[in-house]
Amino acid sequence: MHERRLGTWLFALGILLFPLIVHSNYLLSILIMIGFYSLVCNGLTMLMGYAGQISLGHAAFYGIGAYTTAYLSATHGWSPWLSIIAGAIISAFIAFIVGIPTFKLKGHYLALATLGFGVIVYTCFKEFTSITGGMNGFFGIPSIKLFAWEFSNDARFYYLIWIVVFLSLLFSQNIIHSRVGRALRSIEGSEAASDAVGIDIMRYKLQVFVYSAICASIAGSLYAHYVTFINPQAFDAMLSIYFLIMVITGGASSIWGAVIGSSVFVLLSELLKEVVPLVFSNAGGEFEIVFFGVLLVVMLIYMPNGLTAAWKKITGKWRTSTTLSPAAKGGGGR
Amino acid sequence: MEVFSQFIQLFFSGLTIGSIYALIAIGFVVTYNVTGVLNFAQGEFAMLGALTAISLSGAGLSLWAAISLAIAIVVLIGALFEKTAIYPARHSSAATLIIITIGVSFVFRGLAIFIWGTQPQSLRPFTSNHPITIFQAVLLPQNLWAIAISLVGVFSMGYFFNKTYIGKAVSACVVNQFAARLMGIHPEKMSLIAISISAGLGALAGIVIAPISGASYNMGMMLGMKAFVAAVIGGLTNAPAAVVGAFLLGILESFAEGFWSAGLKDAISFALLLMMLFVKPNGLFAKATGKRV
Repeated sequence: MHERRLGTWLFALGILLFPLIVHSNYLLSILIMIGFYSLVCNGLTMLMGYAGQISLGHAAFYGIGAYTTAYLSATHGWSPWLSIIAGAIISAFIAFIVGIPTFKLKGHYLALATLGFGVIVYTCFKEFTSITGGMNGFFGIPSIKLFAWEFSNDARFYYLIWIVVFLSLLFSQNIIHSRVGRALRSIEGSEAASDAVGIDIMRYKLQVFVYSAICASIAGSLYAHYVTFINPQAFDAMLSIYFLIMVITGGASSIWGAVIGSSVFVLLSELLKEVVPLVFSNAGGEFEIVFFGVLLVVMLIYMPNGLTAAWKKITGKWRTSTTLSPAAKGGGGR
Repeated sequence: MEVFSQFIQLFFSGLTIGSIYALIAIGFVVTYNVTGVLNFAQGEFAMLGALTAISLSGAGLSLWAAISLAIAIVVLIGALFEKTAIYPARHSSAATLIIITIGVSFVFRGLAIFIWGTQPQSLRPFTSNHPITIFQAVLLPQNLWAIAISLVGVFSMGYFFNKTYIGKAVSACVVNQFAARLMGIHPEKMSLIAISISAGLGALAGIVIAPISGASYNMGMMLGMKAFVAAVIGGLTNAPAAVVGAFLLGILESFAEGFWSAGLKDAISFALLLMMLFVKPNGLFAKATGKRV
């Protein structure tokens, strides 16, 4: 118990000290990206690893957060803080409405339904040009201010995003070690059994889905205020799949997997952008997906619990009695 | 009269795109039923088939030789995919298998960028492309080729599964894998056959559409997802129903594009997918069986 807290505070200390040691804006911008993705994956890990439900549509909530805050703060002059909260409320509401019929579905059907939801929302971003600006994008999103303090440079924004990530990780950790967390894990273990012992499966699935949508929405809103320009292609189905890659690489069975998976993903894609054009001079576009594809397949076949589990195994802390990610359980397929 | 000719025009372009969805959707249904895998890489077979055929035909092969060779190559790729990605993970959960096939589709798409680059390419039409006028609607011969080839594909699949020995063995695995095993059929071998056939059908679909809308590394994802919608309309377990679903979807999309908005047609297709999943997850043509997903 105390060891867990120790790890958390060490993590906080590391985040706090990093910009004081490293002064490169490039590295800070990478860490900010990792922050956005960690926040999304934090919610998604709760949904996938703890409740055992798949989602192929989380880019939609990331986008709803981004467009809501952009529209309200740039077009209507709201304070960004209020518009971010408005985005979170709208995302939570949509997640709730969509979640009710969706979480009656299982396995393949759930994956298809969330994928379909993602495509529909993406198409709306593209087509409702009077609000979103369509494929031309949305320009001039204001940066966030706290009194006279403007989060306009990388170092300041770095602290903003990581404070949010840290708070959401603490929140998730508290959920996991509460009654709700145990209920979620029991759903992941066996829906029929948890139903039989009186757990309201639907309610818990919806709650964790709404929570993950709020995380994604806030991350998307902060992203919009950071880059000040968004366009629909930043929120397509590929992004949902990238989120999935991050969760699986990090390991869905631990909340720290979100941070680790996001870091591996962002660092790897930066590395690939540097290295690959040197080796294959004619490569263009999203060539790096080859490597992510291989990563995904190899991880799932040989290391289905992700890097955090592999690390725990190496350090001998991994107990087989603790939760396993859905990927780890055999026999689900036919 | 103008509305009527537009109607015919849209109907035929719906049938054309529907026939492409149908070929890919059959592959889905066959793969899903034999292996239990919802193959997200299915659309990529269309992309691989189209681009390989374009390269081979560009290298001087006659059109029909290029097409046959391209299909054969994609069938081999499909077999390789089964051996390296599906077979080792065959005992994993549904979610894991889905994500594995997504990973494989990334690999295919990325490799296509390395081989063919990102520029769209085009295949020459199968026969001279003189427009034919029917009821004041202008049709291209390639559209008729697409519809005809897909119908031939559909019926030969029907023949294969119902009349040939191997086809019956594959169908037996669909119905009851355990009983099939008792009868001396190897489900593992049938899984290899099913995925190879699906790959070949996908390749054919890609080649047929290449002269109409071109081919590029990223064509597979949308084709594959639309074929999903078609397969779900048919209930995922019934190949002929999936074909009907594919034509329905193609016609719906074509009319939505013609009378409303080209941009929103994807949203309409996927709204249909959600409706089907929420209301009739067993397919449009299923009798009420009480069995829920």
